[in-house]
This record gives sequence, C-alpha cells and structure tokens, in this order.
Amino acid sequence: MIDTLLSAFGTLLTFQHLFYMLIGVSVGLVIGVIPGLGGIAGLSLLIPFLYGMDEITALAMLIGLVAVIPTSDTFSSVLMGIPGSSASQATVLDGFPLARQGQAARALSAAFISSMAGGIFGAIVLTGFVVIARPLILSFGSAELFMLALFGLSMVAVLAGRSLAKGLAACCVGLIIGSIGGAPATGEFRMIFGFDYLYDGIPLVIVGLGFFAIPEIADLLRKNAAISQGNALGSGWFQGLRDWWANVWLSTRCAGLGCIIGAIPGLGGSVVDWIAYGHAVQTVKKDPNFGKGDIRGVIAPESANNAMQGGALLPTMLFGIPGSGSMAVFLGGMVLLGIEPGPSMVGPDLNITYSIIWSLALANVMGAGICLALAIPISKLTQIPFQRLAPFMIVLICFAAFQATRSLADLVALLGLGVLGVLMKRFGWPRPALLIGYVLAPQAETYFYQAMQFYDWGFVTRPGVIIIAVMTLASVYFGLRNRVDDTGQAVPTAEDVANLPNAAARLPQILFAGLVAVILGVALEDSLHHSLLGQVFPLSVAIIGLVMTVILIPQLIRGEPGHAAHFDAELSSDYAGQEGIGNLWGGLAWIAGLVGLTALIGFYAALLVFFPVFLVRRAQAGLVATVIMTAGAAGVILLLAWALSLNFPSGYLQDAVDLPWPFR
Amino acid sequence: MTTLSNVTRRGALALATGALALGLAGPAAAEVDFSGKTIEWIIPFSAGGGSDTWARFNAPLMSKYLPGNPTVVVVNEPGGGSTKGTNLFAARAKPDGLTILGTSGSTQFPYLLGDPRVRYEYKDWKIAMAAPTGGVVYTTPALGLKGPEDIGMLKGKDLVYASQGATSLDLVPLLGFKQMGFTVQHVFGFKGRGDGRLAFERGETNIDYQTSSAYIKNVQPLVDAGTAVPLFSWGVLDAAGNVVRDPTFPDLPSFPEAYQTLTGNAPSGPEYDGYVAFFTAGFPAQKMVFLPKDTPDDIVDAYQAAFEAMKADPEYQANAESVLGTYEQVTGPLAQALFDKGTTIAPELRTQVAEMLAADYGVKLGEE
Repeated sequence: MIDTLLSAFGTLLTFQHLFYMLIGVSVGLVIGVIPGLGGIAGLSLLIPFLYGMDEITALAMLIGLVAVIPTSDTFSSVLMGIPGSSASQATVLDGFPLARQGQAARALSAAFISSMAGGIFGAIVLTGFVVIARPLILSFGSAELFMLALFGLSMVAVLAGRSLAKGLAACCVGLIIGSIGGAPATGEFRMIFGFDYLYDGIPLVIVGLGFFAIPEIADLLRKNAAISQGNALGSGWFQGLRDWWANVWLSTRCAGLGCIIGAIPGLGGSVVDWIAYGHAVQTVKKDPNFGKGDIRGVIAPESANNAMQGGALLPTMLFGIPGSGSMAVFLGGMVLLGIEPGPSMVGPDLNITYSIIWSLALANVMGAGICLALAIPISKLTQIPFQRLAPFMIVLICFAAFQATRSLADLVALLGLGVLGVLMKRFGWPRPALLIGYVLAPQAETYFYQAMQFYDWGFVTRPGVIIIAVMTLASVYFGLRNRVDDTGQAVPTAEDVANLPNAAARLPQILFAGLVAVILGVALEDSLHHSLLGQVFPLSVAIIGLVMTVILIPQLIRGEPGHAAHFDAELSSDYAGQEGIGNLWGGLAWIAGLVGLTALIGFYAALLVFFPVFLVRRAQAGLVATVIMTAGAAGVILLLAWALSLNFPSGYLQDAVDLPWPFR
Repeated sequence: MTTLSNVTRRGALALATGALALGLAGPAAAEVDFSGKTIEWIIPFSAGGGSDTWARFNAPLMSKYLPGNPTVVVVNEPGGGSTKGTNLFAARAKPDGLTILGTSGSTQFPYLLGDPRVRYEYKDWKIAMAAPTGGVVYTTPALGLKGPEDIGMLKGKDLVYASQGATSLDLVPLLGFKQMGFTVQHVFGFKGRGDGRLAFERGETNIDYQTSSAYIKNVQPLVDAGTAVPLFSWGVLDAAGNVVRDPTFPDLPSFPEAYQTLTGNAPSGPEYDGYVAFFTAGFPAQKMVFLPKDTPDDIVDAYQAAFEAMKADPEYQANAESVLGTYEQVTGPLAQALFDKGTTIAPELRTQVAEMLAADYGVKLGEE
C-alpha cells in the first residue's frame, strides 16, 4: 500500500500533471468567484477536453477544479455578502460584516488558510480511510440518514434569530418550498399549480441566489456608495493567519465534520457550511460576537466546505453514487475516461484513487496560494461605487440562475423568491433557517418514509439512531443558548430593537407575518388533495408553521415596544430616516425589468438593452464608459455561454422569428 | 441478419457490415457535407448522469466521422423528467441535420403512459441510432436460494425492492415481479440504481437489479463472496420480437425462462404484453438518437454511417464498455425495429398499466 501511495504521488508531481491541474485550478477559481456558478458549470466546461487525455492527468484537472471552488467562492461572500456558491453561504454571516468594518484582508486570509487546511485535512483522512470506508458507509441506513437530516435541522436552533417563533416559521416555509414537486413516496406532484416548471421542485441555486444574493444587491443599490466604507482591504493579512492558528482546533473539528458529512451518501454537502457555523456558535465560549463579524464564523465554514469535497469523493468512487450535482458530473467524467467506480477503486485501481486524493491536497494548496495573491486586486472591487458594479452582478446572477433548467422560468422563480428574501431581510426573518429547511426537506421526508418501510417504528432503537439523536438534542440545547441573528446581532440584544409604539408603524411586519401564514395555508390546502403518504409531510410542516405564526402575530400586534419579535429594518437600521437612500424596491425593479425584457426578446438581447439603460440612467455613467462596460459584459457572457454550449432563455420574439445564436 | 438478439459487440459489428452492404449508408452519404457547421445534440437531462455521459462519449467521435467534420456540442436542456428538452426539440428543430435529440427510457415512459407534459410525438421522428442496455436481477442467499434454479423459493416470501418511483424505469421490475406473482414491497424515493444497490448491501432490501456493467463491476464480487445470488437477466429481443437470453450472461436464464421455471408455462396474456412494451422502451430501446421529421434520407444515412464507422475507432473501443455496458450501438433496420417496438403501446395495455398503478400505488396519470 505504501508503494502504491508513493508511486501515485510521484506520477502526480511531473510537470504535465501539475500543468493540467493548474488549468483545472484556474478555471475553478474563476467559476468560484462568479456568484451562483459552482462545480457543475466548471466541470461541464472541462469535460469536452477530456477526449484523448490520459486518466491521471485528466483526473488531476477535474479534481483541481472541484477542490478550489469552495476556496475562491469566498471572495464574493466576504466582499459583497453574496454567496459565491452554495458551499459558502454561512461565510457571509460574519465575513461580510468584517469586510464592512475594513477587515476584509483578515477575513479573506483566515478563510483561505482555513480552506487549505480543511482540504489537506480531508486528503489525509481519505488516505487512511479509503481502504476501510466501505463498511462504514454501509452502516448508514435510511434510519441513520433520517436522523442526520434531523441533526442538520437542529442547526435552526442556532440560526433562528431573535424570535424563535419567526425562526421556526421560516424553517417551515423552507421545508414547504423543499417539498414542491414529486412526493418521494408516491410520485404525486405537490404544489405545482399547473406550472411544468414546478414538477421538479425549485432548484437549489435559485433558492440560494433568491434569498441571499438578490436582497443584498437590493440593499447595496439603495446607497450610491462603494461596499467598503473605509480602506478596501484593510491590513491584517497576518492577523488572519494568526486567527486561524489560534482556532486551529475549531478548524480541525469543522474539517472532520465536513469530511464525514461529505462521505455519507445521500445527505448532500449543501448544508455543511451551516452545520459547521452552527457548531462554532455552539462551542465557542470566549467573547462570541457571531453575526457581527466574528472571525471564527469565517474559519468554521471555510474549513468544513473544502474538507467536504474530499469526503464526497468516497461514495462517488467506491459506490458510483454522486453526493452532489458536481460529483455527478465528476462521475460522468470518470466514466468517459474509462474508469468505472466500484470496489476495484480500493483494489487493482488503488493507484488511481490515491492520485485523486493527493491531487485534492495539492490543488487546495495551489488554490489557496493563488487566492491569497489575487485578494488585493479583487478586493479593489469593493471601492467601486456599487451602482457601477450592480449591472454586472445582476446579469451574472441571472446567468447563474438559468443554468438550473435553462429557461425563463428560472429567472421568474429567482425574482419571486428574491421578493420574499428582501421582505424577510427587512422584517428580521432568518433566511438561513429557511435555507436549511429547504435543503433538508427532501432528505427528511424520503428517509423517514424509507426507514418506516424498512424497519417500522423499530428504527428508533437502532444504536446509530440513538447516538445521532443524542447529538441532535445536545445541538438544540447548545443552539438555543447561543442563538445568532442574521440581521447582524447575537441574541439577546434588546437595546437596538426598534421602538414601535403605534400600530401603524407595526403594520408592515404584521402584514408580512400574515403573508407567511397565507403561504403556509396554501401549502396546507394543497396537501389535503393528496394521498396519506403524499400529504403527511407538507401537512405536518404547514400546521407547525401556522402555529408559529399564530404565536407570532399577537406578539407583533400587542407586544411591548422592544419585544424580541419586532423588527423592521426600515425603522431601525442605519438607513432609517437618512438622506439619499433609495427605495427598498429600486434594485428589485431593475431585476424585474431584465426578467420582463427577457420574456419579450430573449436573455441576450435583453442584456444588451438592460446594461446601457442601467448605466446611463441609474449609474449616470458617461457614454464611453457605458459602451465599454456593456461590450465587456456582453463579451464575457457570450464567452461563458459558448464554452458551456448553452442557449439563452428565449422570449416572445424567438417564438415569432428564427434568429441566429446567441439571440436564438 | 437473422436475429435482433445479437446486440452484443461482435454480433452488431457483423450486422452493421451487412447493413452497409445493403447500401443503407452507402454512396448517398457522400453528398452530405457538414463542413464548418455546428451540430447541437439536445440531451434533455442535466450534466452528469447516464444520458449526458453517453452523449459526451459519442459527440467527439461523431465529429470525427460525420462528413465535413462538424463541431458536435452536447446541449443539456433538463427539466420535467426530460419532457422539457424533448418538447423543445419537437417544437424548434429544423430538418437540416444540425439539431439532433438523444432520448432515454425516462423520455419514452411518460410518452407511453400519456403524461400531460408530453408535447412530442415519437412517430414524427427519424431514428439515427439506438443504444440497448440490459440488466440482471439478483437476491440474497438469506432467503435460502443457491442459484437461479431455486427461484421458486421466492414465492410467498416478503420481498423488498428499492425503487426510483412507480413511473420511472423501475416500472419494468415492478411489472415483471407482478407478472411472476412475487409479493414485493416497493420502497420508493431512491435516487438511482446505485443508491438501490447500497440499500441491498445494507440488508434493507432483498431483491434488486443492476444494469449489466454495474452488475459485472459491483454485484459479481458479491456473488463470488456468497452474499448475492443471481436470478435472471431481463433478456434481449430477437427479430421476431421475442425476449431471449442475454448473450452477455449466457449462463443466466432470461425473464421468460425464469417465468417458465417458476410456473411451468411460457408467459403470455395482456399483462405480459404490457410488461414487454415497457421492458422494450426501458432496455433494448433505452437510448436513441433522433432527427426531426422531414429530414432528407441522405442526412439520416450520413448519421447512420458515422455511427457505424466510429465503432472501429480505438477511442471508441477503449471506453465503450464503461459507457455503453456490454452492448453495441445499432443503426439501420435494427434500430428501426427497436424504435418501433419501444415507442408503441396498445391503448388497452396503457389503460391496464395506468389503472394498476392508480389502484396499487396511488399514481395519478394525466393529472394537471
């Protein structure tokens, strides 16, 4: 085995392999920086080039890409508050406040060193673990997977915000959104309302961008100012490294957590950053400042999400079961190279396995190094007035969103969820709780149903189930003690809660709580039309959610000023009553304009109209600047679309006239 | 060209030679020229996964063997269980050979079942190539079986199968087990056959099937270790449309043979016909490449010639097994026959299957 390990390592260090790995790493860095684009898009870019390449070299390239996306996606999470991919949504919570305080350098360097450490940790664990991983993975049955989904949901306790009722109601809305589409037990289509689009449910990328990116863009667009209020990057490069070293034990724990969650097939890695974040909040004792810019809130998710990629390789290679969308594409790549996953990956093909694992470690080092070097130029973006940056961000986010199913409906769904996201941000509803509910809804429902089918209620006595149940209870207990508010506060902080003496001032948030109740009511009504197995999950969730709103609404109406349930950013935030602050809906109106125009003339033509109009009218850019920026954006999008060989969403114009690509 | 059963590599190569000799893909192809053109291959599934991998395996080879060496790009149009991209092809594609469609069993099944999202008509299209597949059903020795001959011991046992859903490709085992009279609890919600195999290895299920290459790679070691017992292969179609033994597994009985061992009679009747219709759409005619209606014959011929020519390419031979399993891609009359059988179902058989699914599994088809 040692021989195999060393020879695999030797092959890897040749110039050719390092060169191709660097190509993979570079593509991964670019894809990771663009919000919303993740491993699937990156791998799709590279797969056409696999033709004729030798196995190890091609794998090094693919791994290079997969490994660095959770490193470079940190840029937009920290610098703009927009998650660069689903792996670093939790990084936003503390990373962005740090950037606003002028500590972007510290946050970024801590994030990159954590990513690298997490990635290397993942590779070390895999090296020892891969040979004995099969029985361990097989010990997780449907009952244990259901309990793990519950464990993930227990993080809602940490992320529920000031008001537990609001947090749980938000989580229920997430669970409801996650249960749209085919029911796992019966295949019945729930809450589709006659739209073909909803048959498959709403894709993760749309939910992530709608709830996290759109509200942030809308918010940033209200001020005509740069994101960074002071020095763009700040000093503190070494501070970040020291921060990591001071929390190396936390980083190791989170990496271990990430590795395990990635390795268990079926859980999916998209909540790993939240679980790591929740773990940090639960366990950190010294001066917690989470939600306001605590460096440990950056170190934890960044350590976990890179380690997760290593773990996720296990079920992919050993069983041919991809744990995520990007692993599915990676698996496709392996098959194209003539490598079939299975037990032979730890038998005759062990050298391939080790070369994959060590590529992972090397790529993490490369990626973190390049990111550290690029940090200064990229952070300059935060000094640009945001209205100049906004059209790029809007177009890129729309571009990322329609990767999901390549249709206009993706953009409409993005806009709809974006409206909900903006309102949730305004009224202090915790969006992380919603996201966790959304991601874990299918897992919780499917595995509960399967466990009941396989074991009946006897599943609760399985040792694995009991162990995870104890962990979950502990997590809820520690979580409730250390709740964090994604509006930027650690709970409890009553002093800056808006003082709302009269009913009129409270009316908007009461109406929004009413809207949430209506959404839950619609879900409840829909569930009544389905069979028992198809309705039990959405029905229970809707009832719990409605109970929460029933508790919440009287608090909003009658609660004393300063009650934890009250929150309206329009009355209490930095913007309240200030001069020169735009309308809450301004940013959304622009995005709606782009989506509407797409419905008329197709995405690419809409982009060519949207860009100059935005720059001239909203950003007051000069003619030359407008032309240059429009051409630049149009060129970048065209290049990406060409490389991914995709057609843009079409509109009425395309139905009437046959146009050449890219207007088709 | 005696039987359709010869869809293994060697057999199909011989058949292909025969097809070429018949002039099917001969001189006419020379007039077609795709120089400087880009061919869009619509795959109604997302990147990764079987159909995407299959297309990406074929695309560079098509580029090499189509006249004029056009660029062939795979365009993923996922959504609606593959109905969205297929609808798009049906509505938009022009008969110039520059847009082609790759379908899978998951595209055939909603069509056969009358799903309301289907706005395409297979009979409008011309087939360029078909890629068959097969699979093996196996069980656990814990039920007392030593080999395929003991299949009768499964009668009356409580069998559990990990299914991807009643209207997915797992409809074939559902109908097959029902035909054999087994008591099977179908547990739904699995993400793929690999996921189902994991449940079998964990001991949560006791009957499962895997496609041929996955069986050889992942289940054969279990059989060798004595923790799995093979039962039968689904079989392949011969020219008369009968299901016969799969040449990849010459030692295993086919589904009808196993049925005969079990009951003493050859399978027949409307229920069996319903099973065969979905079996054909799911296995022998699983993946197909189509051109829009009104596509000139010389373009269709050029495609068929390219698919035949690529089989001699070393790149094809090196990776064909990991992508295609042990089966050979076919063109010409072979493909046409699979196409016809895999996309046709008698209305009364459709009704019968739909009613069974509604009664036993609460599946509402045609609901909107």
